Amino acid sequence: MANKHYETPMLDELEKGPWPSFISGIKRLRDQHPDERIKGMANSLLGQLEHSYETRKGYWKGGTVSVFGYGSGIIPRFSEVGHAFPESKEFHTLRVQPPAGNYYTTDMLRQLAESWEKWGSGLITFHGQTGNIMFIGTDTDNTQHFFDEINEYGWDLGGAGPCVRTGMSCVGAARCEQSCLDEMRVHRTLLNNFTDDVHRPALPYKFKFKVSGCPNDCMNSIERSDFAIIGTWRDDMKVDQEAVKEYVAKKGRDYILDNVVNRCPTNALALREDDTLEVNNRDCVRCMHCLNVMPKALSPGDDKGATILIGGKRTLKIGDLMGTVIVPFMKLDTDEDYERLVELAEEVIDFWAENGLEHERCGEMIERIGLANFLEGIGVDVDPNMVVEPRNISYVRMDGWDEEAEKWFRRKAEEKAAAAAG
Amino acid sequence: MALHTEHRAPIESGCPDGLQYMHPLMRKHYGNWAYHEDPRPGVLVHVAKNGEKIWTVRAGTQRILDLFTLRKLCEIGDEYGDGYVRFTLRSNIEYMVADEAKVEPLIKALEDAGFVVGGTKNSVTMISHTQGWLHCDIPGTDASGVVKAMMDELYEEFKSWNMPNRVHITTSCCQINCGGQGDIAINVQHTKPPKINHDLVANVCERPSVVARCPVAAIRPALVNGKPSLEVDEKKCICCGACYPPCPPMQINDAEHTKLAIWVGGNHSNARGRPTFHKLVAAGIPNNPPRWPEATAIVKRILEVYREDAKDWERINDWIERIGWPRFFEKTGLPFTKYHINNWLGARRSLNASTHIRF
Repeated sequence: MANKHYETPMLDELEKGPWPSFISGIKRLRDQHPDERIKGMANSLLGQLEHSYETRKGYWKGGTVSVFGYGSGIIPRFSEVGHAFPESKEFHTLRVQPPAGNYYTTDMLRQLAESWEKWGSGLITFHGQTGNIMFIGTDTDNTQHFFDEINEYGWDLGGAGPCVRTGMSCVGAARCEQSCLDEMRVHRTLLNNFTDDVHRPALPYKFKFKVSGCPNDCMNSIERSDFAIIGTWRDDMKVDQEAVKEYVAKKGRDYILDNVVNRCPTNALALREDDTLEVNNRDCVRCMHCLNVMPKALSPGDDKGATILIGGKRTLKIGDLMGTVIVPFMKLDTDEDYERLVELAEEVIDFWAENGLEHERCGEMIERIGLANFLEGIGVDVDPNMVVEPRNISYVRMDGWDEEAEKWFRRKAEEKAAAAAG
Repeated sequence: MALHTEHRAPIESGCPDGLQYMHPLMRKHYGNWAYHEDPRPGVLVHVAKNGEKIWTVRAGTQRILDLFTLRKLCEIGDEYGDGYVRFTLRSNIEYMVADEAKVEPLIKALEDAGFVVGGTKNSVTMISHTQGWLHCDIPGTDASGVVKAMMDELYEEFKSWNMPNRVHITTSCCQINCGGQGDIAINVQHTKPPKINHDLVANVCERPSVVARCPVAAIRPALVNGKPSLEVDEKKCICCGACYPPCPPMQINDAEHTKLAIWVGGNHSNARGRPTFHKLVAAGIPNNPPRWPEATAIVKRILEVYREDAKDWERINDWIERIGWPRFFEKTGLPFTKYHINNWLGARRSLNASTHIRF
């Protein structure tokens, strides 16, 4: 069978054009790889994929495959048309957690490639939409062998199914001037606290952490994670007025007015006649636009920390949800700060694990029970930063008003006293 | 105990430390970068607070990497770079080098090997996509194929800075939409209810979970031909396919009736406005392998109008917010239909309750 190539007239069309072709890549494995096993798998995979193109249907089915000790991390794939394409009839993917920030040496990539060459199909993706390295295509036995090998030199599986999933973090402090966080520390502190929940699915559904170093949110964390940690700052942004003048000199006043001042969503900027920029930091919402346009002149302040939003998810079941602000600002400097972050994540996951329905994301549970009940459940006080605007309907029972108002004043008094003492 | 001698216990090391794989200059200046500049498409230079610089060269690949391609990328990194790389959210590879003199030879080596340098700033960067027919268990279409065919057409846009702001395109092979929100999203849209194989349902599906999975409560348990199965109220059914993953005998994919829809204006960033979801603009597009020309044509048309009409720094959502949806449909020549009017939860918030109308 390995000597006979399946005809692939439709896939061949995807070898045309200037963009690199994945079909050419799979054909290279089929035609040029010395290992008959890999050649055969690639040939068989191309055959099945061509069949999908012809019939406009997928032919993979799930199943149960895992490595010893784990219940998660493998995406099992058994072919429904395995009789016709036998050498790829089992084609499981291993989800492997990348380093926070997706850094690799070429040496490490080669080492992973060698292991995968021994046990897998030779197809890899950096990275899947959840953020895993996807080692695509191996059979049940080799799943274990491959994992055993790479696990010995520092790699572990990610999540799949109803569990804590692999996290994602941006390039951040390693190479970005906008970073307000130690993204790698946040990412690893959270994920590695929940290792057991990554490997052993026991939650209502998936739970994702994503970390972005600034409100540009390059990790799409508000829309794509249950628990988004986004860097921000609460003191004044830094303005290098000489650099502002350089931008004005280079681009012209009109450009700066049109593209910086007038694009500020809260009208917090003014360009003065002497070409300096005035910032109303009380009105600024840290949207990042002006910093993006003039990175040399404008920078985040020094009092950095994180905003945390909870409950983002994709379409199923009730429609797309964005995360909601649960913590407007928290410092992330000391070990104690990180402990508080982990405690919050544990509170959220514990409450959701107890109260979420089967296959209900955290955000959907919040939608069902209401944010106020969720906050009470995780022990977080209400804050006006959590809403775009207060309620606009009178249909609510409010006989606890006096008590709630008292709570607010007491909390404000305590905050004032703490600020005075600190 | 026998198990322990037969099986190796896993080392639950979790997420590895990225520092060990990080370029030494990035380690040195971790948290101490001052600003960056964009010398040309596909190249970034970041300047540390002490003035030291690091150059990044970004390249697009086929994403599904075979061993030959991965090794070629490593070879280029060793010969022309410093041996340190990373991957972006959209699966572009980035090479970091400490010496500016390495930048041009590195670009040449990448381009000579067929990779595409670009994808930075106001380009159309790599389409973020899902698995499709290559590996997913529920796909209505292929992902890598759609993306390959589309990136062939957007090749020059990846390599240049022609757009008013960055353009993030996504694709998804089912309505779960793993590809995520995009400035432009090309997603599967089913148009007919699932076809049920009643002989298999009882053995394959956990019926109460399938009933619970339906967003519109259109599924109920039923006896069909004397066998326990499930039935779908086809008047209620929204053809979303949510029942298909937990119950494969409820086949939602159809060679003819599984279509593509195009959505625009999704934006993850907080820059200027709050993040936004994408909105439906076109549907009924044939799922037409191997090159999906109809979908690509609509994407290109939207991009052309955006490029000509939007102002600097406007993402697609910012641009449409300024010109209004009627003008978007007018300028792109796309039909506005009853399907564009939202009727899901919270739909009234998307209706125009004002006299704000552009003439």
